[in-house]
Amino acid sequence: MLDCGLDTTSVLNFLPLPLVHRLNRLLLLSFQELKECAGRVFVDSQPEFCLPERELLDLSTIDVILISNYHCMMALPYITEHTGFTGTVYATEPTLQIGRLLMEELVNFMERVPKAQSATCWKNKEIQRMLPGPLKDAVEVWTWKRCYSMQEVNSALSKVQLVGYSQKVELFGAVQISPLSSGYSLGSSNWIIQSHHEKVSYVSGSSLLTTHPQPMDQSSLKNSDVLILTGLTQMPTANPDGMLGEFCSNLAMTIRAGGNVLVPCYSSGVIYDLLECLYQFIESANLGTTPFYFISPVANSSLEFSQIFAEWLCHNKQTKVYLPEPPFPHAELIQTNKLKHYPSIHGDFSSEFRQPCVVFTGHPSLRFGDVVHFMELWGKSSLNTIIFTEPDFSYLDALAPYQPLAMKCVYCPIDTRLNFHQVSKLLKEVQPLHVVCPEQYTQPPLSQSHRSDLMLELQPPPMPYRRCSVLNLPFRRRYERVYILPELANSLVPSEIKPGTSVATVSAVLHSKDNKHTLQPPPAPPTKKRKRVIEEPPVVLAPKPLLSGAVPLEAFLATLQKHGISEVKVEETADGHILHLQAEDTLIQLEEDGTHIVCDNNEPLRTTLRDLVLRFLQKL
Amino acid sequence: MPEIKVTPLGAGQDVGRSCILVSIGGKNIMLDCGMHMGYNDDRRFPDFSYITQNGRLTEFLDCVIISHFHLDHCGALPYMSEMVGYDGPIYMTHPTKAICPILLEDFRKITVDKKGETNFFTSQMIKDCMKKVIPLNLHQTVQVDDELEIKAYYAGHVLGAAMVHIKVGSESVVYTGDYNMTPDRHLGAAWIDKCRPDILISESTYATTIRDSKRCRERDFLKKVHESIERGGKVLIPVFALGRAQELCILLETFWERMNLKAPIYFSTGLTEKANHYYKLFITWTNQKIRKTFVQRNMFEFKHIKAFDRSYADNPGPMVVFATPGMLHAGQSLQIFKKWAGNEKNMVIMPGYCVQGTIGHKILNGQRKLEMEGRATLDVKLQVEYMSFSAHADAKGIMQLIRMAEPRNMLLVHGEAVKMEFLKGKIEQEFSINCYMPANGETTTVTTNPSVPVDISLNLLKREMALGGTVCYGDGFLVSSEQALKELGLNEHQLRFTCRVQLQDPHSDPDTLHRIYTHLKSVLKGYTIQHLPDGTVMVESIVIKVSSSAEDPNTKVLLLSWSYQVTFLRC
Repeated sequence: MLDCGLDTTSVLNFLPLPLVHRLNRLLLLSFQELKECAGRVFVDSQPEFCLPERELLDLSTIDVILISNYHCMMALPYITEHTGFTGTVYATEPTLQIGRLLMEELVNFMERVPKAQSATCWKNKEIQRMLPGPLKDAVEVWTWKRCYSMQEVNSALSKVQLVGYSQKVELFGAVQISPLSSGYSLGSSNWIIQSHHEKVSYVSGSSLLTTHPQPMDQSSLKNSDVLILTGLTQMPTANPDGMLGEFCSNLAMTIRAGGNVLVPCYSSGVIYDLLECLYQFIESANLGTTPFYFISPVANSSLEFSQIFAEWLCHNKQTKVYLPEPPFPHAELIQTNKLKHYPSIHGDFSSEFRQPCVVFTGHPSLRFGDVVHFMELWGKSSLNTIIFTEPDFSYLDALAPYQPLAMKCVYCPIDTRLNFHQVSKLLKEVQPLHVVCPEQYTQPPLSQSHRSDLMLELQPPPMPYRRCSVLNLPFRRRYERVYILPELANSLVPSEIKPGTSVATVSAVLHSKDNKHTLQPPPAPPTKKRKRVIEEPPVVLAPKPLLSGAVPLEAFLATLQKHGISEVKVEETADGHILHLQAEDTLIQLEEDGTHIVCDNNEPLRTTLRDLVLRFLQKL
Repeated sequence: MPEIKVTPLGAGQDVGRSCILVSIGGKNIMLDCGMHMGYNDDRRFPDFSYITQNGRLTEFLDCVIISHFHLDHCGALPYMSEMVGYDGPIYMTHPTKAICPILLEDFRKITVDKKGETNFFTSQMIKDCMKKVIPLNLHQTVQVDDELEIKAYYAGHVLGAAMVHIKVGSESVVYTGDYNMTPDRHLGAAWIDKCRPDILISESTYATTIRDSKRCRERDFLKKVHESIERGGKVLIPVFALGRAQELCILLETFWERMNLKAPIYFSTGLTEKANHYYKLFITWTNQKIRKTFVQRNMFEFKHIKAFDRSYADNPGPMVVFATPGMLHAGQSLQIFKKWAGNEKNMVIMPGYCVQGTIGHKILNGQRKLEMEGRATLDVKLQVEYMSFSAHADAKGIMQLIRMAEPRNMLLVHGEAVKMEFLKGKIEQEFSINCYMPANGETTTVTTNPSVPVDISLNLLKREMALGGTVCYGDGFLVSSEQALKELGLNEHQLRFTCRVQLQDPHSDPDTLHRIYTHLKSVLKGYTIQHLPDGTVMVESIVIKVSSSAEDPNTKVLLLSWSYQVTFLRC
């Protein structure tokens, strides 16, 4: 299984989980579990997630899950727990550690504000059909699930086996897998799955921009038979650098006007780049005294962890560690008290909190986490600004339950993953024989159907897939690697068939163990009959040599003559000649691809004739 | 037969200046490039003239691999790369790359600035040398070129120490560097998978020692320090700035905390802060426990341990001082030692191995009068204690590693000849594999017996477990003979034989044939015999037909027809 991400956009259909219950602005509908808010209907329940497909196959038959980055493992507990899964999950160390933090944060957000029951009535098909959009159009609602528990997270993550970039891991002796740096986030990887003759690359969430992670390893993707491509940018028209500039200028403008800035974000990833950008920006923008707050149950861990993965960082940051200095400048921001982090808005934060300020907090869907509190606190003032940087959620949908809203909204999605232009350049470079990708990449986005540059155009065209479709990868396995033991190899006698090509007949016993095959010399025939044969050794057939070539008539006649056979009557036929050796009463039929010796009861003659014929033929 | 050659230029039946040359599959690799602490002359560095008498080493070496940052493993690196001349790749792990230049610079300062030696490498040379370094990650397979690949494994010992697996084709060698098979207070244990190398080159510092449990040694150490402090003595612990020092600091820190002790603990040189910082940034290289708790509490932030100033040495009252270097051969530890040596209340604890020629080695051997520079002698009255804290594998650990890796041959370096001899015997006895222990400059040759990889057509593989009549063509393809003919563009030539046998039988032709069939069936057991509807009987691929003679219906003519291949049937 390649990745197991969680579709969290489903939570947009739910009401935010408020830290303090305030029900006054909600209008009750005919069902307890549905509430209307600013013209849209939301489900009032613990938010639920849309899971990966679990019905198509028996999850207990999955041997291996490869994780490409920490965003793509959020559904892991749904797959590995309570499903009979007994396989292994492979991921890099930063992916595991930061993935754990993100899961821990999610669980914490949910458990902080427990709701007594999950709403289920609205999922009834009859009822759902009556509901206004987008609830009406939500798919697979019956499979939506509440968040997992920390116990399930721990159990799921205990199945993770750590790997390093370019590490070659043998799976069952049959294939080798190897993660490559993908340049998108700390420890993010593309995967190579190969046997001795076939190579499949899985490219997911890759970036060619120079941010903090190690640059993408492109050359190792070369010579792929199949390249599976996914995780392209969700914002093909937004330039990350431009967005970063816009982010800074909006932030500065709001602060100068005395307002607060709210940045809903994930606790790891782009936030490191935002902080680094601000580190350079605050002095020049005169924001030296503005407090920056990072609020998340895992804020401290995320900031600390980012500093210890030197091996996984870009060259610049690695060099810093050699000095030794922390690779990320947020260490300095923390040391100089410009950046403060808190596990939640309760406790120390409430007493130390000063305005105007900048707050980084989650969750970017605005449905749970501390961000909900800040929306309620700052939403009514037009001095404040909310800046969206995560591309996963439509900002209009995210804001819907908070409407009407006075605060300013700025949308600067920063998605560093490959865009279509970069992908086609990459594919030209690595030249896979076939490309497999989601259907969406093979046509322009619905909203911009004229933009033919926003799709993949390849020769041969990519093979598209969609949810639950089954594709046959277009290659035929023809060869497998076997090892000839030295004793056997030494006994081979190659003969040169044509210049540069030698042939030898191999007669051996094939041993297969753990999908590794070795050829061993055939066992010597038993010299003595053992009293009890416990295990019959495999019977080895003597090689049956094949013959090739043709017997030329004139030369053959001359040879016969030399051996005292001179009375030969030659008769021409459609396909060759028939030689009648009159003295011996024997027929020899000579044809292009065969020789037939008809000879009665004269073994010595037959042997002689055979050997004469063989002189003209090649034995394989 | 292919061969692997191993030649130690240093560390052959010796400890110090580790430098081992390996030739494998046409590639030459230098493992470690260390200096000898016991010498101040030419013998300090490995003898690179063994590789070439004149000129640079670049064309003779495919790569250089450094196992860890101790100077006896990397101290000659700038000399080799910049003064002798080598421009190829040098591999080491990230922490080694970070720390190695600092120790080299330290070493350079002591030799050049303090002792006034010339003809030594410069700071710039260290920098230039480090530019040739390519960092290695654990378990990453690095392709040095198309054929040579290397892979690093965790070795414990010090921060960033690695064992390397070197592979060309199906031949391979593992070099352990220095390693530790038991986790300690800050590092984990060495680990390697069952990679079955042709040769395992292992250090053997503690070839004859089987050390008691770590806990006992720690308790012993704390007891000695405590007693000394109680009676108002000063304790000197010579260490190298990175490695053992951090482990002992963690140990003393927790002890001071628990016992509520007040005597000061100092750590010499400005490196302390920096050294601890490396440990914080490379926390992924430390042991499980430290890694797990580092967010809450970083083990390398010490409360009781303060920076040392030279003037403190004369302060009255008890104190504990960690000072560099670890073998008392130069620098601050030697200065303090000279000051404190005369007082029997004081104590020096040597926590690691000392090479021959160093003062550390001398006092450990019980020498009580030391000749110092300028004919002065020094009376050693203070207590001398030896605590083996250096993180090397002991005999048990070495055997354990052999069990892990399952090598075909064993080669010992980095140890004393007598002790190696003992271990060699033990290894050969227990594992029945050859064990070598070449001296410096002596070459060990091991012939390998690699299997030949070929590609077999999948159809063929699936078809047969016992192969027969199969052809291997070109280089490395194994296909059925039929396919080989096709792919070679050759036509198959059928050679058939036919003969007639007459016999008397009054039955009709089909009956005769059937009788022959039943008869053959009863006589020839174990052969495929078929009676086909077209009026033939097949024995394997021999065709038998019956017809009546034209003259006499009782005379039957049996036509037997077989192919050339039949002559090869088992009989």
